Amino acid sequence: MNSCTERLYNGLIKENPTFVMMLGMCPTLAVTTSAINGIGMGLSTTVVLVLSNMLISMLRKVIPDSVRMPAFIVIVASFVTMVQFLLQGFVPSLYDSLGIYIPLIVVNCIILGRAESYASKNPVLPSIFDGIGMGLGFTFGLTCIAIVRELIGSGKIFGIQIMPSFYEPVTIFILAPGAFLVLAFLVAARSKIMKKMAAKGKEVPKAQRCAEGGCASCGGCEGKVFPTGQEKE
Amino acid sequence: MKELLIIAIGSALVNNVVLSQFLGICPFLGVSKKIETAAGMGGAVIFVITIASFITSLIYRFILMPTGFEYLQTIVFILVIAALVQFVEMFLKKTMPPLYNALGVYLPLITTNCAVLGVALTNVQKEYTILKGVVNGFATALGFTIAIVIMAGVREKIEYNDISESFQGTPIVLLTAALMSIAFFGFSGII
Repeated sequence: MNSCTERLYNGLIKENPTFVMMLGMCPTLAVTTSAINGIGMGLSTTVVLVLSNMLISMLRKVIPDSVRMPAFIVIVASFVTMVQFLLQGFVPSLYDSLGIYIPLIVVNCIILGRAESYASKNPVLPSIFDGIGMGLGFTFGLTCIAIVRELIGSGKIFGIQIMPSFYEPVTIFILAPGAFLVLAFLVAARSKIMKKMAAKGKEVPKAQRCAEGGCASCGGCEGKVFPTGQEKE
Repeated sequence: MKELLIIAIGSALVNNVVLSQFLGICPFLGVSKKIETAAGMGGAVIFVITIASFITSLIYRFILMPTGFEYLQTIVFILVIAALVQFVEMFLKKTMPPLYNALGVYLPLITTNCAVLGVALTNVQKEYTILKGVVNGFATALGFTIAIVIMAGVREKIEYNDISESFQGTPIVLLTAALMSIAFFGFSGII
């Protein structure tokens, strides 16, 4: 059980996908216009992540190594389709406001990344907890960013008026440029903290490829999904 | 014709794929250090997205719709796109080596670029015909190219500037993107 709580801690804090690893930036920028959207997106991703981690971990000895990427993608895409139907059926308002970003959960770096680096190598139970930890970490990150944007951009949090009535909302923060602005300051703060940690001699967690430039692609690790038999050359 | 033009301007400028829809942020941040590489990436994206939106529209219209399997679109599209990119890469390598040399490095990077899947899904969502879908795909990719080339131009100048330590690297690029995004808002009056 110890390893399970360790996975939760790892996902929520130590390797938090949003603040530490800087993964899954497309949805982070796109859906954080209000706190509700942030939570909705985060939880949908969590559900997909937990289920896909579970299934991939169960099948890790069955799936041949050479076709693992297509297999992972099919598994993830099936769960995303299910989640899409559930949202459409039960919370149509959220479904409408998240729109195209729900099916795009398939190409979220976090999900294929965890499948490749954790679930395909570890037993079922830790993989499930790894999914829960990473998913909640992502939800936490999205909600924080969304609260900042919603508060500045419309003076509300979860649709409830927070700012006093004389506050003039800076609407640009809930429009597209606001997402880039907030993320820019977030990354700057992150790099400042990392520098301090490095100065103290602590181990510095490295950001994944997405934010740091050398991005291969969101998800597919070498970019080759289907094996062509030429990789070994 | 007028309708096609509106779709094209809308996807290329008004709803720019990077600056207002946030698709393809990874290559936008990663491959925009030099104008030449940015243009190469843009060319590869135009090539792949145009072909991909044509093929996915065909599949949706002639296979998924008649058989009633529309709900499988996400799974089918992502697999088709992944296979397509690799096929295009092999095809170019065998038949058009000069083009492959220009674009080849960037092709694998596009496989799971969210923009490709995003365009395919938008085409379905807005119920575009095959022609409109291809125009939409081409224009979206053109918008991506415009954004990434401008960004690369700005970044080449930023190199010479004195930036405070915390903002070096990704943060200043994101701030630039924010300003570009504000500028692209100006296009919203066109349509």
